[in-house]
Amino acid sequence: MPDNYALFRTMLLIRRFEERLLAEFSTGKLVGTTHAYIGQEANAAGIFSVTDPGDVVFSNHRCHGHFLAYGASSPEGSDPYRLAAELMGKATGLVGGRGGSQHIHWRNFYSNGIQGGILPVATGMALAEKVNKTGKIALTFLGDGTLGEGALYESLNIASLWRLPILFVVENNHYAQTTPIELAVAGTITGRFSAFGITTLERDSTDVLEVQAAALEAVGSVRRNGRPVGLILHTYRFSAHSKGDDVRDPAEIARAREKDPLLIHAPRLTDAERARAESEVAAAIADAFARAEADPLPNLKDER
Amino acid sequence: MSTVLESLNTSLHKAMHTDERVYLLGEDILDPYGGAFKVTRGLSTAFPERVLTTPISEAAIVGVASGMALRGLRPVAEIMFGDFVTLIADQIVNHAAKFRWMYNDQVRVPLVVRTPMGGRRGYGPTHSQSLEKMFLGVPGLHVVAPNTLGDPGQLLEAAIADDDPVLFVEHKLLYTRPLLEADKGDLVDYEIQPFGAPFTSYVLRFTNHAVKSHLTLACYGYNFELARQAALELLMEREIFCEIVLFSQLSPFALDPLLDSLARTHRLLTVEEGGLTLGWGAEILARLAERSNDFSRCHFHRVAALDLPIANSKPLEDAILPSVETIIHAALELCEV
Repeated sequence: MPDNYALFRTMLLIRRFEERLLAEFSTGKLVGTTHAYIGQEANAAGIFSVTDPGDVVFSNHRCHGHFLAYGASSPEGSDPYRLAAELMGKATGLVGGRGGSQHIHWRNFYSNGIQGGILPVATGMALAEKVNKTGKIALTFLGDGTLGEGALYESLNIASLWRLPILFVVENNHYAQTTPIELAVAGTITGRFSAFGITTLERDSTDVLEVQAAALEAVGSVRRNGRPVGLILHTYRFSAHSKGDDVRDPAEIARAREKDPLLIHAPRLTDAERARAESEVAAAIADAFARAEADPLPNLKDER
Repeated sequence: MSTVLESLNTSLHKAMHTDERVYLLGEDILDPYGGAFKVTRGLSTAFPERVLTTPISEAAIVGVASGMALRGLRPVAEIMFGDFVTLIADQIVNHAAKFRWMYNDQVRVPLVVRTPMGGRRGYGPTHSQSLEKMFLGVPGLHVVAPNTLGDPGQLLEAAIADDDPVLFVEHKLLYTRPLLEADKGDLVDYEIQPFGAPFTSYVLRFTNHAVKSHLTLACYGYNFELARQAALELLMEREIFCEIVLFSQLSPFALDPLLDSLARTHRLLTVEEGGLTLGWGAEILARLAERSNDFSRCHFHRVAALDLPIANSKPLEDAILPSVETIIHAALELCEV
């Protein structure tokens, strides 16, 4: 039975975290840029509700949602505080302020900001799990924009050829920064996988239970058969690509918001459960940002 | 007498035998072919599970190896021709070399990328280059080049043992060359002083310290062969005494041995096979300018390839790449001032 409360709480944590983050840019507490996951929360929450804590994850530039959901699925629970500290460039951040938004590492979670380049690395991680006979799998994330990168196809070829336990999660949010998928992707997404003999599961849904069911099947297949699978999730981001670079039709965004994953899932909880989730998440985020803000900045004095 | 090729091949056998985490990846590396330059010969027969022949996918070869390294294996990737390092640049610069520091020293990337560089075999513009200069100074990356003086196999073993990524640059013409022995042949008058660890470099200085050397030659890899020949001719025909500083680790690099030698000779000639502009020698000279106490009293010149693609035709290729003659010519000019 799916834990409806946990799924809702994870999605809400991602939503409120990203909202707080976007708001903090105007306060001057954050510099640089960010890529918000708002609208896509069902994917991360659904997927990481069915993975094993020992599985290895390589995420991309839009990694906060993946990280928070990964953390929520770990035995120790999530750690929004160290993510907030990292985003503020603090010494206590996940990687001591060296990486920032797109470049984080915690336990078996890694992310990097180069489109496509992470995919062969994740493929190599799957190979390591296979030869070390750990029973763990690798998961990696790409967007519709990444379909333009050649490194993806080198990775799919090798993953299939060498029968590697890796799940390629395609989050198609229909825009590569500002470029709509119609201007960037010829053919089909599934065709890209089937060309290499890789099976796919495809869902066009922001219902976390549907995503969870598909992820359960996909993750189970990778683990059971030791072969790659493509999980293609059609979705939509409600916020801009990064902070303010949005040229999409507001009416289109409004239509997408009608399928807000939180709105879809909320009715499965009681009023009391929703209120509890809101207050827990609010407290966790307030605590995370307050502690992070008070933390020291790093310096280079310890460098070799 | 062992060759560079045999030394490298033996060290791979030894590394794979002693450490089950060592894997080889590359194009056409399976027996009976054993790799385009035969460095991996015999390994797929001895260790069939750990020698992985790959599609022609250089970015993925290094990316996959990098992922393996992040997860505790010790992969050695072969890029068939050094010219193809342009295809792995993203994986080296933005992934493998960056992970350790970017993730706050919480990970290690014990990855070796071996590749043959260099010309003089008539392979033309895309199979003859020395492109290592593009990777010198990349943070987190060690660039190492074997030569005939140190044991190339020991350098490769040190690269495999290194917890950081190593770009291991093998000049094609070195493979068939015998390893040199100190106190023999043209080395007989030299005292050989090692420096640096674990990638040992060398200063070659006349055993008789009363001899006043006129010139320091700085070089690495195959150009040590040319520099040694030039030094011999300069001594025999012109009575010009040369010290040689032979680097095995190109990046990051140690400057002090070169400073010491320059203090004795006040003349430095750098020799490299990559293109002249913004190359290895340029950085050497810039560092010396910053560090040397009497830089203004010293004289410098760089010998390198012309800033042109490497031509296929022999007279054109010979004119583009440095030679014993161009080294001697540059040395004589330096010694006249």
